[in-house]
Amino acid sequence: MLVQLARRTAILLASLVVASILVFWFMWVLPGDPAQVALGTGATEEAVAEMQARFGTDRPVPVQYLDWVTGLPQLDFGQSYVTGAAIGPLIIDRLLVSLWLIGAGMLVALVIAVPLGTLSAVHHRRPLGTALAGVSQVGIAIPNFLAGILLIGLVSVSWQLLPAGGWVPPDQDVVQFLRRLLLPALSLGVIEGAVLARYVRSTVLNVLREDFLRTARAKGLTPGRALVRHGLRNAAVPVVTVLGLQLAVLLVGAVVVERVFVVPGLGSLLLDGVANRDLLLVQGVVMVLVVAVLLLNYLVDVLYTVLDPRLRATA
Amino acid sequence: MGAVSARPDPPPAVLDVAGLSVRTGDHALVEDVSFHLGAGERVGLIGESGSGKSLTALAIMGLLPDELSASGHIRLREVERDLLSASETERSTLRGDRLGMVFQEPMTALNPLMRVGAQVAEVLRIHGAVSGREAATDRARDLLAAVELPDPERIARRYPHQLSGGQRQRVMLAMALANGPDLLICDEPTTALDVTVQAQMLKLIDDGVAARDSALLFISHDLAVVATVCDRILVMYGGRIVEAGPTRALLTRPRHPYTEGLMAASDLEAVDAAGRLPTIAGSVPPDGRFPDGCVFRNRCPRGDDACQAWPGWTGEQHDGVACWYPSGSGREAGRG
Ligand SMILES: Nc1ncnc2c1ncn2[C@@H]1O[C@H](COP(=O)(O)OP(=O)(O)OP(=O)(O)O)[C@@H](O)[C@H]1O
Ligand code: SF4
Ligand SMILES: [Mg+2]
Repeated sequence: MLVQLARRTAILLASLVVASILVFWFMWVLPGDPAQVALGTGATEEAVAEMQARFGTDRPVPVQYLDWVTGLPQLDFGQSYVTGAAIGPLIIDRLLVSLWLIGAGMLVALVIAVPLGTLSAVHHRRPLGTALAGVSQVGIAIPNFLAGILLIGLVSVSWQLLPAGGWVPPDQDVVQFLRRLLLPALSLGVIEGAVLARYVRSTVLNVLREDFLRTARAKGLTPGRALVRHGLRNAAVPVVTVLGLQLAVLLVGAVVVERVFVVPGLGSLLLDGVANRDLLLVQGVVMVLVVAVLLLNYLVDVLYTVLDPRLRATA
Repeated sequence: MGAVSARPDPPPAVLDVAGLSVRTGDHALVEDVSFHLGAGERVGLIGESGSGKSLTALAIMGLLPDELSASGHIRLREVERDLLSASETERSTLRGDRLGMVFQEPMTALNPLMRVGAQVAEVLRIHGAVSGREAATDRARDLLAAVELPDPERIARRYPHQLSGGQRQRVMLAMALANGPDLLICDEPTTALDVTVQAQMLKLIDDGVAARDSALLFISHDLAVVATVCDRILVMYGGRIVEAGPTRALLTRPRHPYTEGLMAASDLEAVDAAGRLPTIAGSVPPDGRFPDGCVFRNRCPRGDDACQAWPGWTGEQHDGVACWYPSGSGREAGRG
């Protein structure tokens, strides 16, 4: 098991390096010299050269890359070409906000998907199962920004129950924090829950056909208890895979939802960066998103071996 | 049912199956199966693949897949209600306690994510045979030792994938026998095992039921295996019991042409004129669609027009045959 963990960790580190090269290279080939952008079209050549020296963009590209990438482990993302502010603390601030949102969205998704998927599998021959499967089909068809706008329209504007947007950090005022978290988390999570419910359903259906579940009933467990005690953990293995992949989708969904609900998360930061042509900032945010996805996949793999003893190598 | 019967009842059978049928939507897979098992009796259920042996066993256990339905009567000793009309909860309390079953496929029958000791302990705890986790663990280890697993302490902590097929099947047997069932059903318990392991397993089953005076329903397609374990044999074909009798009599004087075919097929010495091993002509019809009338009609060397009607049962329930022209009756003379 340790050998496997070490190998998986090595793969993670290698992919991080490759990803950083790709992200850096991608930003570098984008047209527009940062110094030129910062100074505007009317700037003299000397002024541009001076600016390039200040930004360090006059150095050879490999040097620039190494400078940037070695800063990353210390969360040093450099200084913005536009505002001059340090990018690291900004990203961390916004990342925390996004994590709250994505975490809450995932929770909503799970709370919906596990019971919905399980029930529609268990009752798949009866009307209830068909109805539940139908509900999740409809859910999948709705994009989450639309769900967000609908929620704002209903809950905030029509019923005036919750604020339509904005953000209050949890350490400032927990109640206000939760009130503002709820709607974006719902619009992110409800749709995700519908997607996930389909996977839960098909996995549980497969597990229900397994011999060992019949054995569990032969031991005297009722079908429901057999499923809970022997089925769900087995179903969790494939669901965790999908969950890992879907978290990446949630990350992207969060970018849009943050816009709709004016949440100051990583997504908003990314869109602002693009709008201001703040290349180094965009580069930093993209890198953080990529790292998050890679890290998630890594954690999913590790979680696998915890869930399923067959995947723990005997070596 | 307050009235007491005037006639003294015969000694109660542990299991009494009467007119059992199992159907899918449009046709019967098992039809009109009747037999009984006394305490400590070992009965073999034998027949080719697809003859309905497993479905009969699953119907008794109450574990038929949703899309199949059972009708008829299944009575278990000391249980008031017919099992087929009992609720799922009532049947759950019988399973694993008074009814134990070992399944055909040892590779998939155990939960891959649970240590085998815990799986054995679970069946004890479900039925309250022991109280407390520790007592269950101890008792599970004893049960694993009783099926002659080496170093049961260590085996108990293993996951199924770390055990061989034979070891897993022993774990299944330990689980099925844990609460001293009145009836143990073994559905081809040794088919997936190699020959030496098979013999050990048969002995463990033999000892296990003897120690508990459990009735045994032993399912196999292998006549030789059934003959070593069972007192009586039921021969099944096309979802019906076509012959029944004590092991020795059935093997020395088979009456049904199908039984004769099975015996010829399992006799490794016998070869036909061309030097081939004899087999039963033809094969089991696909998807269980057997002919009307006698189900064996399309493969029977002896059949004629009379066989277009189901012959019905001749003789006792535990010793009889369903054939218009059974061997030894004189009626088969001049045929085949
Ligand atoms: N769920 C089901 N739906 C429809 N037909 C089924 C179902 N399960 C079994 N059958 C059919 O019922 C017949 C009897 O099946 P059964 O499993 O009882 O045979 P068996 O005698 O145990 O054979 P084997 O030796 O292969 O285990 C077969 O023709 C099989 O195809
Ligand atoms: S009833 Fe007829 S077809 Fe059927 S086994 Fe007997 S002789 Fe053969
Ligand atoms: Mg079978």
